[in-house]
Amino acid sequence: MKPTKTLLTAAALATAAGAVSAEEMTIVSWGGAYSKSQLKAYHEPYSEKSGITILNDDSSAEAVAKLRAMNEAGNITWDVVDVVAADAIRLCDEGLAMEIDPDTMLAPAPDGTSAADDFGDLLVSDCFIPQIVYSTTFGYRTDLVGDTPPSDVCAVFDLETYPGKRSLEKRAINNMEWALICDGVAKDDVYDVLATPEGQDQALAKLGTIKDNVVWWSAGADTPQLLADGEIIMGSTYNGRLFSVIEEQKQPVAMLWDAQIFDLDGWIIPAGLSEERQQRALDYIMFATDTQRLADQAKYISYGPARASSAPLVGQHADLGIDMAPHMPTDPENAKNTFLYNYEFWADYRDDIEAKFQAWLAQ
Amino acid sequence: MTDASQNAGPMLAADGTPLKQSLARSLRRQKLRALMLVAPLLLFVMFSFIVPIASMLFRSVENSMVSDTLPLTVEALQSWDSQSGELPDEAVYDAFVRDMVVAIDNKEHTRLGSRLNYEETGMSSLFRKSGRKLKKLDPETDGPFKEQLIEIHEGWGKPNTWAVIKTHSPAVTNGYFLNAVDMRRTPEGAQSQPEDKQILIKLFGRTLFMSLVITGACILLAYPVSYLLATLPMRVSNLLMILVLLPFWTSLLVRTSAWKVMLQQQGVINETLVWLGLVADDARLVIINNQIGTITAMTHILLPFMILPMYSVMQTIPPTYTRAAKSMGATNWTTFWRIYFPQSIPGIGAGSILVFILSIGYYITPEIVGGTKGVFISNRIAYHISSSLNWGLAAALGTILLGVVMLLYWVYDKIVGIDNVKLG
Amino acid sequence: MAALTPISRKPMSMVLPSVALAGAFAGIFVGAGNGSILLGILAGAVLIAGLAWVYINVLKNEKLARWINILGFGIIGFLMSGPMGGVLGLLGGWFFIFFIYWLYEGRYRRKLLSYLTPKQVFYHYLFRVICGAIFVFLITPILVVLPLSFNAQDFFTFTPEMLRLDPEGFSLKHYRDFFTNNEWQRSFKNSLIIAPIATIISVSLGTLAAIGLSQSHVPGRRAIMGILISPMIVPLIISATGMFFFYSDIGRFLEGTLGMNKNFVGYVKVVLAHAVLGIPFVIITVTATLVGFDRSLTRAAANMGAGPVRTFFKIQMPLILPGVISGGLFAFITSFDEVVVVLFVGSASQKTLPWQMFTGLREQISPTILAVATILVVLSIALLTTVELLRRRSERLRGLSPA
Repeated sequence: MKPTKTLLTAAALATAAGAVSAEEMTIVSWGGAYSKSQLKAYHEPYSEKSGITILNDDSSAEAVAKLRAMNEAGNITWDVVDVVAADAIRLCDEGLAMEIDPDTMLAPAPDGTSAADDFGDLLVSDCFIPQIVYSTTFGYRTDLVGDTPPSDVCAVFDLETYPGKRSLEKRAINNMEWALICDGVAKDDVYDVLATPEGQDQALAKLGTIKDNVVWWSAGADTPQLLADGEIIMGSTYNGRLFSVIEEQKQPVAMLWDAQIFDLDGWIIPAGLSEERQQRALDYIMFATDTQRLADQAKYISYGPARASSAPLVGQHADLGIDMAPHMPTDPENAKNTFLYNYEFWADYRDDIEAKFQAWLAQ
Repeated sequence: MTDASQNAGPMLAADGTPLKQSLARSLRRQKLRALMLVAPLLLFVMFSFIVPIASMLFRSVENSMVSDTLPLTVEALQSWDSQSGELPDEAVYDAFVRDMVVAIDNKEHTRLGSRLNYEETGMSSLFRKSGRKLKKLDPETDGPFKEQLIEIHEGWGKPNTWAVIKTHSPAVTNGYFLNAVDMRRTPEGAQSQPEDKQILIKLFGRTLFMSLVITGACILLAYPVSYLLATLPMRVSNLLMILVLLPFWTSLLVRTSAWKVMLQQQGVINETLVWLGLVADDARLVIINNQIGTITAMTHILLPFMILPMYSVMQTIPPTYTRAAKSMGATNWTTFWRIYFPQSIPGIGAGSILVFILSIGYYITPEIVGGTKGVFISNRIAYHISSSLNWGLAAALGTILLGVVMLLYWVYDKIVGIDNVKLG
Repeated sequence: MAALTPISRKPMSMVLPSVALAGAFAGIFVGAGNGSILLGILAGAVLIAGLAWVYINVLKNEKLARWINILGFGIIGFLMSGPMGGVLGLLGGWFFIFFIYWLYEGRYRRKLLSYLTPKQVFYHYLFRVICGAIFVFLITPILVVLPLSFNAQDFFTFTPEMLRLDPEGFSLKHYRDFFTNNEWQRSFKNSLIIAPIATIISVSLGTLAAIGLSQSHVPGRRAIMGILISPMIVPLIISATGMFFFYSDIGRFLEGTLGMNKNFVGYVKVVLAHAVLGIPFVIITVTATLVGFDRSLTRAAANMGAGPVRTFFKIQMPLILPGVISGGLFAFITSFDEVVVVLFVGSASQKTLPWQMFTGLREQISPTILAVATILVVLSIALLTTVELLRRRSERLRGLSPA
């Protein structure tokens, strides 16, 4: 008796909820300030234009696992997914993401340049639609580093001059490169060395010198929180997070622009959507990745737009009114000593090195 | 009586049927009614919980990927002796190229590479790198392939590569379970993992040890509090109960982040100690991102689960017993140890089993306050499910964990009886 | 216990050393903060013992002494280390004056049985202090973290402004965020839909099954019990993935074959998953209540002509209601606080409060989750207090003295 009644109530509630928003799509992203910038720059204008309600699901961190599970279960609930390029490559390789034809599915630049040329080298996978370029770099507490603020990335490994905890991401990618660079390997040789088991051991040995002083983070919010607490002296995170800590939250933190790892983030559309949902997803993508929209996003967060044609349109921060260009990872001043992330290498070696790294971490 | 029954044949019930039969029927009806009451829930749980879990755990032995992706190769490898130390012949290479061309078309070869990489590091990059070049080969015209494959990647020139494929080709495998206990499946049979990959047994041990410590700490802290609550007048104890229920009602995530705020180097505890001068500023206590952090936070989080059953058992212990003991000259200690404590054991048992089982399966709290040294086997399971995507190993670990818990449950049922578990 | 034990003043030879000891203990902390622990101990002991002597033998006015002591300590604390020191000083002053008179007047014996030996009295209070410490352990983390919900910054950190009690450091913006942000509102609403329905399902099915199980002669009782308790035993992450695949199939069936609304199916999936997780708690509590249930009552009811249903609702139900309610509370909390399973089984439109909190912790730094927690804590305190007050009222009305 009772269950039936409640089920009926639930049915009434749910249909009521369903009736209001007949057309909706689920967009998966990273949450926090980043999702907010997408909300302002893409979702809100798109909903206004098309009448489609957009649901946010902040699950990008588990995107690969969940897409694989959804694919296996034949129940894909996501329409558009924001992932880093490495994940996009993986999803594309496994047939979990739909292949995109930039010339027909993406908007050309205002001056008529085709989307393929406008994005250029950033189209690193057949399934990937680049959205922003970002850097993973280090922020440090200005009040804890004394009179000699660090100027290069190897300060992370220098426990003498900068005693205290540092935070690193709980995965091999990026950490292995920094370890090798600071162990005397030339930047251009890093991936060659890392391809060999000896090179991997070398990187782990270098990381081992600071292992006891590392707080390992896995969520984007961790390093900013740890920095704000003064729990760590320096830590790696995305440059947009650091911008927010420094400029918006006014914390005593500064950032390094040295050997920062230059990476991409963008959209994929899951493979296996129904025709109707796929059309809707493509329509959204066409809208959200045009030149103006990408430039708009930079008003809310300090990530560079992935289109060459968007760069001149980058203006000022929406609330703070400061110029955003000098805070972009693409700014020439910041990009002097960038380290380029090698997608093909990590696509090939990710499983190998990650397994080794995690075993090392658990020892 | 005996005379009467002997004379009148079997005893009859009111409706004239033999009493024995009538009783049996009523018993059957009772049984049936009891079963009818249980049936809806039993079916519901079987259907919506046991079946899904069983199918998840089945993944721990399921291994059809290799033979599905490389059917011809697996067949061709049958005749090859993996211990001969020699490379398989051209037939295998030919079958492999045919399989791979299909697999690459279906985008299955990278998944297979990831799958084999769980067993032998390096397989993933081997499959991915070769995949790009193999795509261009035509199995009908481009043979023979042995030399070409070895040219593409030296990995194909190593007998070990083929041995790994052969070893992991059966559709049902014990490989994941071997991995779960730091062993691995090799052509020569089960062997230990290399030293640097042996972590899981240690993690199991740590999980059991820390769960025991947490359970012990909960018993120590909950006993006096429950005793106090059970002996105080109701109006006071109900107010104090709010202090127990409040943490219990507060979201687990909030309590965990509260402990983070408390335990950090710059956290409340350390700041207070430094402010009081009990600890030097440069020698702050390290009580987070290690086992201490996990134990403290989890003891706090699970404490209500210990207090509530203890309290409800202690409430039923009549105070007259202890008074009687005292009036007969027992000391305080004897009264407690010989009279009160034995009667409170069911509460301890219920609380302990609850806390132990809950703690052994926890993963969010250790993940946030445990660092690398204070994590549990569940964190490893979560890692394999959401990061490394090695669901087979996750299922094997889960099955073992479940086995341990079931064993405990059985022991507990034997000793205390599951009916004696009380929750408030 | 209720009877008052006559009390009498205690000799100074007992009061002075005791208060000196307490003073010395407090002196450890003050001394450590100011350089020398040893000096602190000595000064504390002498100061408190001296004050006690003065208050009792010279001042002879308890009320006046109390004010002098509290304010004096407060001012000294403030001068030594700012507002926080002031607050601590006030508290310390209150404690010491209470402690001095508590001992001197012999008030500590007032509520105890008159025949207890001094040692027993001492142990009694030692036990109370230990219990007090455990309660502090239980409640401190929550009390510490709740003020952070008023933080003007977006971090879980006590800012210097907050420690100075400067109004600049406080703000209600996280509360505003909770009440105005769509995501929070939606997830709160979802939790309020999902948790009660899941609770009702697990309570109704669970109670029936527990009654069935409690009857004699149930075949395979242990096995059935084991199966019903299993959702509590299986590690959540395994349950979550297992259920994900299963409920995806169910969802496809409901949507595809029965043509149900996608959103509705989503809610059904989460509700069912949470109902399963809540069942062990209901089974355990209700069976435990039924163990002590007097079976002759139902027989008597049947004897007087009541049918099974009537017997259940009129006789059995009222008696086992406490067990059912507490089982229901556990089930409700299980659903209301569950994050792992819903992350897998649910989709974005069924985002629950814990899910939103989880992303709030992981991907964005947002003390909004503390604001939510504060609201929930205040609500549950209000709820628990109301229940307790109602209980007392009904006891009074029925003419019972509180047990």
